[in-house]
Amino acid sequence: MMDLLNILLSESFWAASLRIATPLIFGVLGALICERAGVLNLGIEGIFVVGAMCGWMAVWLGAGLWGGILVAACAGAFFGLLHAILTVPLGLSQHVSGLGITLFATSVSYFTYRTALPSVSSPPRIEPFQPLDLPILSDLPFLGPVLFQQTTLTWLALAFVALVWYVMNRTALGVALQAVGDNPNSVDAQGLSVYGLRIGAIVAGSALMALGGAFLTMSAFDAFFFGMVNGRGWVCIALVIFASWRPGKALFGALLFGAFDALQVRLQTEMGALVPGQVFLMAPYILSIIALVIAARSADYPRALLTPWFKGQR
Amino acid sequence: MTGLANGPAPFPMTDSTVLKLTGLSKRFGSVVANDDVSLTLKKGEVLALLGENGAGKTTLMNMLFGHYLPDAGSVDVADEEGTLRALPLGHPQAALGAGVGMVHQHFTLAENLNALDNITLGSEPLFALKRDRAAARRKIEGIIERSGLNAPLNVPVGRLTVGERQRVEILKALYRDARILVLDEPTAVLTPQEADTLFENIQAMTQDGLSVIFISHKLREVLAFSDRIAVLRHGRKVGEMATSEADETSIARMMVGADTPKVARAELAPGKPVMQLAGISVAGRSKRDTLKDVDLTVNAHEILGVAGISGNGQGGLARVISGLVHPSAGRISIDDRPIAKLSPAAMVKAGIGRIPEDRHHEGIVGSMSVAENMVIERLDDPEVQRFGLLRHDEIRSHSEELAQEYDVRGPGVTASARLLSGGNIQKLILARVFERAPRLILANQPTRGLDMGAAAEVGRRLLEARERGAGVVLISEDLDEILGLADRIVVIRDGTLIEAATHDRETIGLMMAGETE
Amino acid sequence: MIRIEPRAQTPRAFAVGIPVLSAIVALALAAIPLIFAGANPIVAYGEMFKGVFGSLFAFSEMLTRATPLMFTGLAAALAFRAKLWNIGAEGQLYLGAMAAVAIGSGVLDISGVVLLPLIIVCGAAAGAVGMAAPTYLKVRFGADEVVTTLLLNFIILIFLQMMLEGPLQDPMSLGWPQSAPVLDQGMLPPLMERMRVHSGLILALVLAGVAQFMLARSVWGFKLRAVGENVAAARHAGINVKRSLFGVAVISGGLAGLAGVSEVAGLKGYLTADLSPGFGYTGIVVAMLAGLSPVGVVVAALFIASVFVGADSMSRAMGVSSFLADLVVSMSLLCVLIGGFLAKYRIIRSNKAGATS
Repeated sequence: MMDLLNILLSESFWAASLRIATPLIFGVLGALICERAGVLNLGIEGIFVVGAMCGWMAVWLGAGLWGGILVAACAGAFFGLLHAILTVPLGLSQHVSGLGITLFATSVSYFTYRTALPSVSSPPRIEPFQPLDLPILSDLPFLGPVLFQQTTLTWLALAFVALVWYVMNRTALGVALQAVGDNPNSVDAQGLSVYGLRIGAIVAGSALMALGGAFLTMSAFDAFFFGMVNGRGWVCIALVIFASWRPGKALFGALLFGAFDALQVRLQTEMGALVPGQVFLMAPYILSIIALVIAARSADYPRALLTPWFKGQR
Repeated sequence: MTGLANGPAPFPMTDSTVLKLTGLSKRFGSVVANDDVSLTLKKGEVLALLGENGAGKTTLMNMLFGHYLPDAGSVDVADEEGTLRALPLGHPQAALGAGVGMVHQHFTLAENLNALDNITLGSEPLFALKRDRAAARRKIEGIIERSGLNAPLNVPVGRLTVGERQRVEILKALYRDARILVLDEPTAVLTPQEADTLFENIQAMTQDGLSVIFISHKLREVLAFSDRIAVLRHGRKVGEMATSEADETSIARMMVGADTPKVARAELAPGKPVMQLAGISVAGRSKRDTLKDVDLTVNAHEILGVAGISGNGQGGLARVISGLVHPSAGRISIDDRPIAKLSPAAMVKAGIGRIPEDRHHEGIVGSMSVAENMVIERLDDPEVQRFGLLRHDEIRSHSEELAQEYDVRGPGVTASARLLSGGNIQKLILARVFERAPRLILANQPTRGLDMGAAAEVGRRLLEARERGAGVVLISEDLDEILGLADRIVVIRDGTLIEAATHDRETIGLMMAGETE
Repeated sequence: MIRIEPRAQTPRAFAVGIPVLSAIVALALAAIPLIFAGANPIVAYGEMFKGVFGSLFAFSEMLTRATPLMFTGLAAALAFRAKLWNIGAEGQLYLGAMAAVAIGSGVLDISGVVLLPLIIVCGAAAGAVGMAAPTYLKVRFGADEVVTTLLLNFIILIFLQMMLEGPLQDPMSLGWPQSAPVLDQGMLPPLMERMRVHSGLILALVLAGVAQFMLARSVWGFKLRAVGENVAAARHAGINVKRSLFGVAVISGGLAGLAGVSEVAGLKGYLTADLSPGFGYTGIVVAMLAGLSPVGVVVAALFIASVFVGADSMSRAMGVSSFLADLVVSMSLLCVLIGGFLAKYRIIRSNKAGATS
């Protein structure tokens, strides 16, 4: 019991929680934007892979870290656009299209990586984002290591939480996005473009998802591996329901998940002798399912989610 | 001169034309919705667009508003100086900009947003960093004050009443400085009294220079509140006249193209109770699905009409009788035998025939064949299956007989049910229900959206069942339909039932509005 | 001006034409990455063709590869027919495989006449449980089965690793995470001498036929179709929706479980954590290419298996990454989706707004 308390009070635990939560923050925000506009984006898992691969490869080819971020975002936006075309004007099944995007984006990434690097036994490494080293802040007790020794990308994720919240709740664009996810006819009747809003939301959301992937290869690790996304995208889809489509709660959900994941790693080392390690590895996924089950009944789904809308048919 | 929104217009009422529709045509696949329709509207005028369901009224207005692109024809709208200018077609934004506002029959409101956001939606630049909500609120409150169209601005629209939602819809149009207002069946969801108030508001607004087109199929309100009447039939304009020169019979004939068939009803004494509800309560998700301690007896040889404003518990009552929901309290018995476990299958077995409100959504499986939809309620029947395998040939020939008998017209019983027209879908459902000679029939909005011929057929079948000895529960928001068919009327309001004990329109209207002791 | 109008009825030729055309388009599009990888597409396609039809052995390899895809394709097709989104066939496959080695690798040393059917039934049952659980969460709590089945895939895979390092580990494996082999009498008999194709294929073909028949001719199939096409109308008509969903969940999960049984007891003989290269996910593509028709699944599985086996052999010959196969498979899914749109709607081009029709 003492050990658990020690873990929960340690700086490194909270720093790790925030680090693990970072890609999920990007992912949940991306999924939130898409779903608020009424479109489920199951392409998220593949878009994570694309973001991770493209961001890493751009840096490896010499584009620089921020160049890599830009490339990752554009790659994510491209696959988002594909999903948007299939699901918005064509109105195809959002489930199947999303899964198709995931398979397609993943295989494009793997094929490109394999073609560019045909025979390497250990993947080449890049110089990733370094922890911020701010003069006074980073030396603060507790807060310093937890907040101010994270990489810039973590701060970018936190900034996006605020930005998405502001846009959703304080701007005309946010009002229109919420409306198009609730009743597209309301938007159409007021002369706004349902297609434009939805496509824009999916493209923007997918770019954010790709940043989540880029974090993996450009901050958490320094190389690209097959299977490195490992279901993080699907976790985001569960978390966005848990967060009832609110940016603040999304941050909370991602942090909760990050904390749980960080905890299981530490418990694994503490109690590895007693329980097989896999029990701890499973725990985050089980937690996601539990969160989903708890949230599902009362979830206030955007009313138009999954329902295609066609111009001139009402 | 932007009408109501900017205060009283300097010129009260002139003869100037504000809207001109010329030769509008629209077809959907092989169906001609509008054929060469031309109309004009003058400033400050109230034009009633009259016609049966499916006559093309809504399509015409959707073309005016840019929701549909016409196959032919043009629209001209007067600008603020009164000069007619061609309206780019197919662009709602252009129609809004030209001062045309439309209130749709199915409200186009985002229920997760409040009225203020719904009203300002689309009027502000999307990518501005800030919104001036205070200025918007001032403007809306000004409009509310002048028009009397009151609605709470800060509550999510999902929690407003139907009447409030409609006022928000009109406010939306006025906020965008509409000079021409189109109302699509505005009274369908209102009590007679609420409807009267609405028309009084409208007449006040026209004094300020607003021009109004309202779509309706109710002769009474058209004659009472319009200046001019245009009648559509089968997509064509078949008549136009000043209201002062119009009378009910001539318009009705114009709408239908022939005299309406009057349904003959025999005088019958009610028989023994068929269905009894005792103390039924349903905790629904919304008001429309909630019932509070309802007692109801339906007798043989009797049509019981359930009148009420939409969303007052009709859904809950229908769902209980259909077996779709388990009441939180109370008992249901058929022929004095209580039904233990409520489920749709149990209700069918107990002899209840159900005609659902939303025939496309609940009545048929559109992608399955007409024949399959005919037998979907009797899959246990040995005529339909043997050892769990479908008897395709028997199903087919039986369905063909039924389709013949009930006059279900379409591309044949093996074709998808979704290919049938609304009226024929309803006939399919009637065939399925009446074939089993049910003890009790639940008919929920059975004629909604049907043309007069098909509606009359539904009424005839219900009367036939009544003569045979069945009890009928007729839930309808069309008071005229209830007055015409029902032997006995109850009013549903706020999830409770009140016996009307009268067929007087005025009294029932007041009860619907809750203005009785 | 381009307008989109729903078709009253889809032409019959579309049902077969769209998947075939999608497959061809996807293969054609794959020329782009091939050129990108520095290969001549024509030569590469030639190599792929040879890799499938070049010899009896190559062909039998393709059939071997198609067998699990038929099971997972059927699993997806039936579930999707009821609009039950079973994306968890990958996990259910491993549940079936674990059940197969758990009882087949020596616990019960009994005659094959009893053991083999027992392995099959237990494998299917394990898979069925794997789908019944998320269906329960959906029906009882409204938890979206897409997410739960996807997450279960990861949980089951980790559980598998735990089992392979624990109770299911072969004591003779020198610490390697793999199971003990299935007893000889518990193996699905091979179909051809010196070839790997086994009687799991026959089982898959028979089940596809049965599924096709039941879907079209049985009351069970009628209810399943009604629930999938319009759940509100099905419920209103008195069909027990929950029972239908559980029924199809059990069958879908069971079929996915059989894919695992067939791989373990038909092909590999023992279980490792890399038994399936994503057969569960590929099964979704198979089902979509098949237009959710069980007989179509057989054809689609043969096509997808050809792509994989052909790409492997092309990859060996030309050094192009075999991920090309995954590219073709995912692109054919997207193509068939777009094709499905063309089947439902017609695109009408009119030169000007307001032109008379």
